[in-house]
Amino acid sequence: MRYSRSHDVMQRVLLITTSYFVLAYSLYFLFAGHNNPGGGFIGGLTTACALAFIYLVFDRDTANEYIRFTFPALISIGLVLSLGTGAIGFFANDNYLTQYFDYFEIPFFGEVELTTALPFDLGIYFVVVGAAMVIMLTIADDEKEENEN
Amino acid sequence: MEYLIFIAIGVLFSVGTYLLLCRSLLKVIGGFMVISHAVHMLILTMAGLNTGSAPLVDLSGSDSTDPLPHAVILTAIVIGFGLTSFLIVLAYRTYKAHKTDDLEKLRGADNE
Amino acid sequence: MSLLHWIILIPFLAAFFIPLLGRMFPRIHTGWFVLFIPLALVMVTWISYSSLMADGETILSIVPWVPMLDINFSVYLDGLSFLFTLLITGIGALVVLYSIYYLDKKKERLQDFYVYLLMFIGAMLGVVLTDNVIVLYVFWELTSLASTLLIGFWFIRDKSIFGAQKSMLITVFGGFAMLGGFMLLYIMTGTFSIREMIGDVDVIMNHPMFLPAMILVLLGAFTKSVQFPFHIWLPDAMEAPTPVSAYLHSATMVKAGIYLVARMTPIFGGSSEWFWIILITGLFTLFWGAISALRQKDLKGVLAFSTISQLGLIMALLGAGSAALYAQDPDLEVMYAGAIVTAMFHLINHSTFKGSLFMVVGIVDHETGTRNLQKLGGLMAVMPVTFTVSAVGLAAMAGIPPFNGFISKEMFFANMVELMELPFFGMGDWAIIIPIVAWTASVITFIYCAFMFYKTFMGKYDRQNYWVDVHEASPGLLLSPILLGILVIVLGLFPNILTQTLIHPSVTSILTGVSVELEPYNLTLWHGFEIELFMSIGVVAVGVIAFLYHRKWTRWEIYNKERDVMNLFYDQGIDKLQDGSAAITRVQMTGRLRDYFMYMLVFIVALLAVTMWRSGQFQALPEGLATTMDTPLYMYGVMLILVGSAAVLPFIQSRITFIISIGVLGLMVSLFFTIFSAPDLALTQLLVETVLLIVLMLAFRHLPEMTKEPKSRSYTTVNVLIAASVGALVTMVSISAYALRLDLDFTAISDFFIENAVPLGGGYNIVNVTLVDFRGFDTVLEALVLGIVALAVIMLIKHRFKGGEDI
Repeated sequence: MRYSRSHDVMQRVLLITTSYFVLAYSLYFLFAGHNNPGGGFIGGLTTACALAFIYLVFDRDTANEYIRFTFPALISIGLVLSLGTGAIGFFANDNYLTQYFDYFEIPFFGEVELTTALPFDLGIYFVVVGAAMVIMLTIADDEKEENEN
Repeated sequence: MEYLIFIAIGVLFSVGTYLLLCRSLLKVIGGFMVISHAVHMLILTMAGLNTGSAPLVDLSGSDSTDPLPHAVILTAIVIGFGLTSFLIVLAYRTYKAHKTDDLEKLRGADNE
Repeated sequence: MSLLHWIILIPFLAAFFIPLLGRMFPRIHTGWFVLFIPLALVMVTWISYSSLMADGETILSIVPWVPMLDINFSVYLDGLSFLFTLLITGIGALVVLYSIYYLDKKKERLQDFYVYLLMFIGAMLGVVLTDNVIVLYVFWELTSLASTLLIGFWFIRDKSIFGAQKSMLITVFGGFAMLGGFMLLYIMTGTFSIREMIGDVDVIMNHPMFLPAMILVLLGAFTKSVQFPFHIWLPDAMEAPTPVSAYLHSATMVKAGIYLVARMTPIFGGSSEWFWIILITGLFTLFWGAISALRQKDLKGVLAFSTISQLGLIMALLGAGSAALYAQDPDLEVMYAGAIVTAMFHLINHSTFKGSLFMVVGIVDHETGTRNLQKLGGLMAVMPVTFTVSAVGLAAMAGIPPFNGFISKEMFFANMVELMELPFFGMGDWAIIIPIVAWTASVITFIYCAFMFYKTFMGKYDRQNYWVDVHEASPGLLLSPILLGILVIVLGLFPNILTQTLIHPSVTSILTGVSVELEPYNLTLWHGFEIELFMSIGVVAVGVIAFLYHRKWTRWEIYNKERDVMNLFYDQGIDKLQDGSAAITRVQMTGRLRDYFMYMLVFIVALLAVTMWRSGQFQALPEGLATTMDTPLYMYGVMLILVGSAAVLPFIQSRITFIISIGVLGLMVSLFFTIFSAPDLALTQLLVETVLLIVLMLAFRHLPEMTKEPKSRSYTTVNVLIAASVGALVTMVSISAYALRLDLDFTAISDFFIENAVPLGGGYNIVNVTLVDFRGFDTVLEALVLGIVALAVIMLIKHRFKGGEDI
């Protein structure tokens, strides 16, 4: 990825502000997914876009200070989460990947629905973020190395 | 309206096929992407076109759209995303290794 | 699961555990563990079933496997199966015992050897014990596989690989043919069970497919039982370790074809084709094998051809005996049933004397380091025990009293002479040729036995000829051949000990269709002054004379051509096959992506178009549809931009423009989803397009301009033609499919998802509920695909291949 070398302040401020909005939206997509348009895939891709913005603004080293993830590891965390949530079905003598939900009364929030679909979708979210970022960053790193050589 | 869309899909398929037969690796990948778009549109059209409300339970009335093709296409889009990005990286590496994206030159020796 | 099932399965189960045992106790020869299995099986079989068999009973037990297709793992034990089971396990035990001393504990891969051997034992037991032809076929091919693996056991030698491949190709070809025959039988009778087929024998006899089915089944039997001209694989199979040759390639596996013919006799027997094909093939193989054996200079080569010849003899007897099923006359039936008795008796005899001979040859090879008849000589004084055992075995094979081979050979002569009186099947005066061929082959058998005996053991012992100091083998190595040699003598002196339990039950189970109750046949060493006795005397006399003058005729050129001429066909065939496949591959595999796409596209288009056209499935949309839903004007605009952004793609020369144009197309598709109320799709499409655009830009930013397409007119025309036909076909097929869908007017399964999203999934977004709750597996595996892509990308770029490597 080309790291911005210009000192165009307007561009930076605009992109950073946008990326915060996008990030917030992505979380909304993730959590609202069960009842409104959205979900793990959409949330994950939105997050990937937001992170890509940040990498566009800063150079790789600065960006790494803000974003301290090893993205390949994120993929495996996501997979374990999704597959693990599916395994709950075993303990309840149901099929694999059976999802459960119930409504709980929680003070302050009122009646809230809690589902096993949420951790499942969260796993998908992690995988998508991880995969998209790995693909983008790997190519970017490769070009950077080549330019330095 | 269906006629219009089916014809559009046919054109997309033609363009995609033409691009697949090209010599440039990037064009082949482009062809692949065009054909996936066409397939997604085809699935949606096959299920019956409907401009009614979105498939959300609280909105749905008698004219809401069919959610099943949506779920199917969503899966297809994501898989297509994975495949396309893999193809892109493959093409990228091929170029880096062989310094060309001409498929004719990438043929290698005879009798392979 | 009955005991019989376990008898088949135990060797397979043991094959899993033997390597573990071998590793746990490296100081003990693995063979000792294996020895228990055939030993236990032979005892269990004998104790549990011998009295039942003597009473003429049978046992059937069925375990369903694929009951819908009538494929059941059914086992059926009658006299014939019992005889073979004892043969397989009994000889198996002796061979394992022999192999313990034959194969060196340190040098050889013992675990592999015994796993293959156990697999063979299990598969062979499966062949002879099952009643279902499909199960029989599966085990049949498993025996071929085990045989191939064992022939190639010393795979460092090229000859081993050649022999293994040859045996595999020929026997598997036969196996396929046999499977085809079984399918035809299934078409005729509607069952895969042999017993039920026998019940339907009238249907089979009068069916037009009778002859093809018979020939196909016989191909399987003939390739396995090395009948002419398929015998060529056996001499090359002699590259296997000697215990394997003794076991698979003389005593058991090559007799699977005999078993099959015997088993199928109630189905096909009684027809003249069956009678003549088997009789002539058998006699010719007998003769050809004997002549070829005479020319061999390698001890194992002699034994290989002699096995071919003896199997031909048994085959001929089975053919002759099938006449009993046609005869209808009690006297004739009893007379020709005698041939089957001889066949069964000789089957046992052959296993005993040939097994012991193979083992003895192995000992000679083991102790002297050579099997070449021209180098060997004078071993009588050095290896007295080996000498005695081989003398017994060779005498039995040559047909000298009082050994068991003499009795069966005399009976064979008698059966062949009786054939001349056959009143049907077009037998005429010329039939005298049958006993003459049989007699001549016996003379030659006598001569090559004499050769083996004389060249190996007689003459002067010359120390110079051997690499090592020759001495008698260890007692362990000698034990198995001695036991078999004792059997040869015992069966010669008291031939009737097995009649009641083995021979008579197997004969009755082969000849189920005869009208009379067959009596147990009385086997005796002394037949009285019959014609067969004079024939035997003639064999010995002519044989001795020919042997005395052997220095004259061994100089003939034909005598020195060791390699069988039939090999020409095989060698040429393999060469041509390889060249042909290479040529076809060269034509088709151009290494051009475009060509491969063209093959696929043209094929798909042609297939679909022709099929749709022929079944008249091309339809237009119903008349009303186009008008009921008016196309809004903006729709034309959307489609125009959508199609337009795609249509410019082939003309773009700049990379960046190309990528941007693809992006426009993606955004238009997203808009299309929005128009038709698919918010999830529109969002996903939008985001995917964004990310892909970034990836595309990253990857292709620095590359030079795109490769220009060649300007050649034919190139462009072909591309446009294919592209246009694909597009047209897609449009027409989708319109027809849509019209069909409206015609059928079915209820969509989507209703289930719409109704159950809230009650079962607890969510209001039906698409997401479908993905997460109802079709969770799809979604998880999709995530897995993405994970794999990411891994592949890392592998491709971070752990890159350097240029010039063959990727």
